[in-house]
Amino acid sequence: MDDLYREVIIEHYKNPSYRGKLDPHDISFADNNPLCGDHIQIDLRVGDNGIVTEALFDGHGCAISQASADLLMESIIGKPLEEVKKLNKDSILELLGIELGPVRLKCALLSLKVLKAGVYGLGEASDSLVE
Amino acid sequence: MTLNVEQIRKDFPILERETQNGARIIYLDSTATSQKPAQVIEAMNDYYRRSNANIHRGVHTLAEEATSMYEGAREKIAKFINASSSREIIYTRNTTESINLVAYSWARANLKAGDLVVLTEMEHHSNLVPWHMLEAERGIELDFIPVTEDGLLDLETYKSLLDRRPKLVSFTHMSNVLGTVNPAAEIIRLAHEAGAIVLVDGAQSVPHLTVDVQALDADFYAFSAHKMCGPTGIGALYGKSSLLEAMPPFLGGGDMIKEVKLRSFRANTLPHKFEAGTPAIAEAVGFGAAVDYLSAIGMERIAEHEREITEYALDRLEEIPGVRLFGPSAEKKGGVAAFTLEGVHPHDVAQILDRDGIAVRAGHHCAQPLHEKFGIPATSRASFYLYNTKDEVDMLVNGIYKVKEMFG
Repeated sequence: MDDLYREVIIEHYKNPSYRGKLDPHDISFADNNPLCGDHIQIDLRVGDNGIVTEALFDGHGCAISQASADLLMESIIGKPLEEVKKLNKDSILELLGIELGPVRLKCALLSLKVLKAGVYGLGEASDSLVE
Repeated sequence: MTLNVEQIRKDFPILERETQNGARIIYLDSTATSQKPAQVIEAMNDYYRRSNANIHRGVHTLAEEATSMYEGAREKIAKFINASSSREIIYTRNTTESINLVAYSWARANLKAGDLVVLTEMEHHSNLVPWHMLEAERGIELDFIPVTEDGLLDLETYKSLLDRRPKLVSFTHMSNVLGTVNPAAEIIRLAHEAGAIVLVDGAQSVPHLTVDVQALDADFYAFSAHKMCGPTGIGALYGKSSLLEAMPPFLGGGDMIKEVKLRSFRANTLPHKFEAGTPAIAEAVGFGAAVDYLSAIGMERIAEHEREITEYALDRLEEIPGVRLFGPSAEKKGGVAAFTLEGVHPHDVAQILDRDGIAVRAGHHCAQPLHEKFGIPATSRASFYLYNTKDEVDMLVNGIYKVKEMFG
C-alpha cells in the first residue's frame, strides 16, 4: 500500500513519455472507465510484420491509470501484436510493481482493455479482455 | 443548546475502529451513506432475536409483533416528515426505487408523447435515468433548470420553462455534490401554479434538515433510510393519498392484493397496494429506530452543528493553494464540500487521504452531467454529519497538504 505512489508512478503520471496521438495510425481506440470517468485513447502504428512500431496514449485520469498507460505503451513497442494479445492483469501489475485493491485495479487495467479492444477491433473495452 | 458530539460519537461503534495501518477512521462520506448508531443496530438485532415472523395475516404472537413493529415504524416515519397519515408512506428499497415507482406507476398512467417533464442540471442519476427511459418509451420531453456558476438553480429560466406547462417537475431538495439546498417551497408553489405535479428527491435533505411535506406541499417526496442513520435496503416514498389512490399498482404479488382470482386481482388499499412480496421487515424496524434517534437529538440542532462544521471546513479548504471548491457559500448549502486539487486526480487525493484513515469519496458522485457542466471529470467530496468534528476537518486539511507534497 505504501508504495502505491512509488516515485516511478508519480514520475510517469507527471512526465509521460508516450502521451499523444498518432495520425495516421493503424489502430486507434478509446473508452472510459464508467466508475470514475477516466478516459484513455490509444493509437498504434504496426509494421507489415505485425510488430508495433509506435504507440501513444491520450486521455485523463488518476495517477494509476495514466502511469500504467505510459508504462504499457513503453512495453509494447517492438513487440508483435500476437504477444500484445496475450497481455493480462498480471502483466500490468508487473509493470507497476505494486498490488492493487479491486477499485484501483480498474484504473490500472483501463489502458490494457482499450489496447486489446483496439487490437481485436471490438466496440467496447470489456473486463473479460484482461482476466 | 449545541450538540454534545463527544457523546454522540459513542453511539457509533464503527467510529472507534482503525484502518489496517492503525489510523483512526475519519468518516467524511455520510452523503454516500451515514454510519449507524448502536440503537439502530440493536433494534434490528432484537427484532431478529425476539420477534421475527412474516407480517400481516399471521395470527400468532410473533406475526402480530412483527406486524406492529413494521407498521409502527411507518407511523414514526410519517410523523418525522409530517405526512398527514402513515397511509401516505410507501416502503421502497431506497430513493432510487421511490423515484422509479413514480415513473412507472404515476407517470406511465398520466404522461403521453410530447408531455414535458422539468428536471434540473444538478440531479443525481437516479432522478435522470428513469425519465430518460420514459422519454425513449413514451416520447415525453425533458428540459432542465440550469445551474448557475455558484451552484444555485436559475429560477428565472425555471419560470420560463413553466410557461410550457410541464406535467411534472422533479428536483433534488439538496444536491449531493454542491450541497445546495434548493428553495423547495417556492419551486413547488410555482409548479403548482402552472398545473404541474411535483416529485422531490429528498435523499440528502431528510437526513440533515427538518422536512415538512405538508408545509412544502410536495406531491411526492422520496428518501432513503441509509443516509439518515438507518440500514441499507429500505427507503420511502411519500405521496399525497389522493394521487396514490388513483395510481395503478407498481409491482404485483403477495400483500399488494385484496383478492386474487385465477384471471384477475383487486389491488389492496394504501399503502400496501405498492408493497408486493415480503418486505425488508428488520430494515423497517431499523428505519423507525433511526427516526427515533434523530428525533431525540432534534433535527434543528443537527442542522446547526453541520452548518458550523461546513462553514469551518469551507474556510479551511479555501486557504489551500490549488483547491477549487464547488457549490454555494455555507449558508446556502448542507454539509458537503466537493473540491478539486490542481494537478492531482480526485482518486489519488482520496487514496492518499485513506492512508490517514480519512474517508472521502472521489468520482462524479452519480451526477455526471453536473460535472460536465463545470468542465471536470470528477471531484473529491468530503461530507459531514452529526458525528463529525472540527478536529476531523483539520485532519482532512493536513491530509490534503500531504497530497500536495507528494505530487509537488
